[in-house]
Amino acid sequence: MKNDSIRLQPELPGEEAAYNKTVSRKKFLSALGIGSLSLAAIVSCNKDDDGMGSTVPPGSIDLGKGDTGILNYAYALEQLEAAFYTKVVQSPYSGITAAETALLTDIRDHEVAHREFFKKALGAAAIPALNVNFSGIDFSKRDAVLATAKAFEDLGVSAYNGAGALIDDKNYLLLAGKIVSVEARHAACIRDLISNGSFADNTIIDANGMDQAKAPAAVLMIAQSFLTSKLWGGNLPKS
Amino acid sequence: MNLYQLFSNMEKIDPDIYGRIDSRRKAIRNFAGIGGRLTLAAVPLALGGLLNTAYSQSAPADITGVLQYALTLEYLEAEFYTRAVASGIIPAGAPTGALTTIRDHENQHVAFLTAVIRQLGATPVSKPTFDFTAGGHFATVFTNYDVLLAVAQTFEDTGVRAYKGQAGVLMSNNTVLTAALNIHSVEARHASHIRQMRRARTNDATIKPWITGKNPGGIDDDAVQKSYNGEELTTQAGIDLTGFVSANAASESFDEPLTYDQVIAIVQPFIKQ
Repeated sequence: MKNDSIRLQPELPGEEAAYNKTVSRKKFLSALGIGSLSLAAIVSCNKDDDGMGSTVPPGSIDLGKGDTGILNYAYALEQLEAAFYTKVVQSPYSGITAAETALLTDIRDHEVAHREFFKKALGAAAIPALNVNFSGIDFSKRDAVLATAKAFEDLGVSAYNGAGALIDDKNYLLLAGKIVSVEARHAACIRDLISNGSFADNTIIDANGMDQAKAPAAVLMIAQSFLTSKLWGGNLPKS
Repeated sequence: MNLYQLFSNMEKIDPDIYGRIDSRRKAIRNFAGIGGRLTLAAVPLALGGLLNTAYSQSAPADITGVLQYALTLEYLEAEFYTRAVASGIIPAGAPTGALTTIRDHENQHVAFLTAVIRQLGATPVSKPTFDFTAGGHFATVFTNYDVLLAVAQTFEDTGVRAYKGQAGVLMSNNTVLTAALNIHSVEARHASHIRQMRRARTNDATIKPWITGKNPGGIDDDAVQKSYNGEELTTQAGIDLTGFVSANAASESFDEPLTYDQVIAIVQPFIKQ
């Protein structure tokens, strides 16, 4: 939520549409192997986010409001990524090469650094450690692991890109900027592992040579599919 | 996000939209949503300082100034890759494919930034004349593939740091900030891939898709080193990351910004005029 007295121009009417002009949800879901069951849960989650009230649904974790909310949002995503790569490194897929192990271990460490950074920075305002649900991922298969990694990394990039405009404090914006380019390096690396040269292909980059930006509600819908903990972003800034 | 498209669609839906706004706004038709009054006030200043010069003498303090600066860097990259792909020294197949993809993105960034600057009512800076040998320093840039990739990597990593350094100035306009972030992460994807290409060429395991310490990745060159100095931080916002991960991982996990002055010092040798 920026200071309205500074932002004199009203919000661009098409801004929400622009946010939504991202890789289609369906595509993401199919990449992640999520069925229609989760879709139903996703729709209801969306309703919460767009709802009028700011009452936290029972059993849900409130990410909070303002910059703290955005930092918790980032913390949640980093928890998810760190847990995923920790598992990938612990139980390597069959046929993994030494070079792949080195890259995936580096990425795990980066995500752990991000996670611990947010935890410490948030202090008492931090959301709890989240419980993840990776039951849909076959960690023994290279294709499944890398497809999930790709989806997480592209999602992470779009999440930070979309969150930038929601941040009030210049220093937090810079920190998000410092992290998002590393996530983009990961995304390109994972994509190249899947298919060399797909680091920035037209399935993710638009005709202006630009990456995606996703609003928290859209990102949380997808992230929720990998969590047993329920996240609630209804108090997050909308602009 | 195609802003141009967005505005032209808006006009189609409501052809009279520009007629109903005041004349000052009319003068900057197609500007809708980008600048707001805040930028409008800053435009004359930006015009005075930037028109007909490749870049300003001082750090940009407003949105238009940042976009002109970004445009200059994108001109540099776009022409570099255009000449690289045409050089005849890039191996066919994946390498030519990758550099062509990057070339196209940089040209798209030039077109996008040019359009946005015009929408803001300013005149885009003209393309400088470039010397990619940097006065002979990289004499073989278009005849030696490894030198070419080293220069490419330096441009990409510098580009990432340059955009990052301007985020704060763009905060007053969400649309422009988001667009800049969406370009910034694409430059990081490029950097990751170029580094992977260099790794494949040299088989040097210390060349990674991310920046370790302030290591330029096997490029022993004072000019290149300037693009990596300051990347070695392992403490962020007062939090020491080496408490959680190795020093290498700590430095890799956050990319650092460069100031306008630092970037200009890096690219100056490549700009003849």
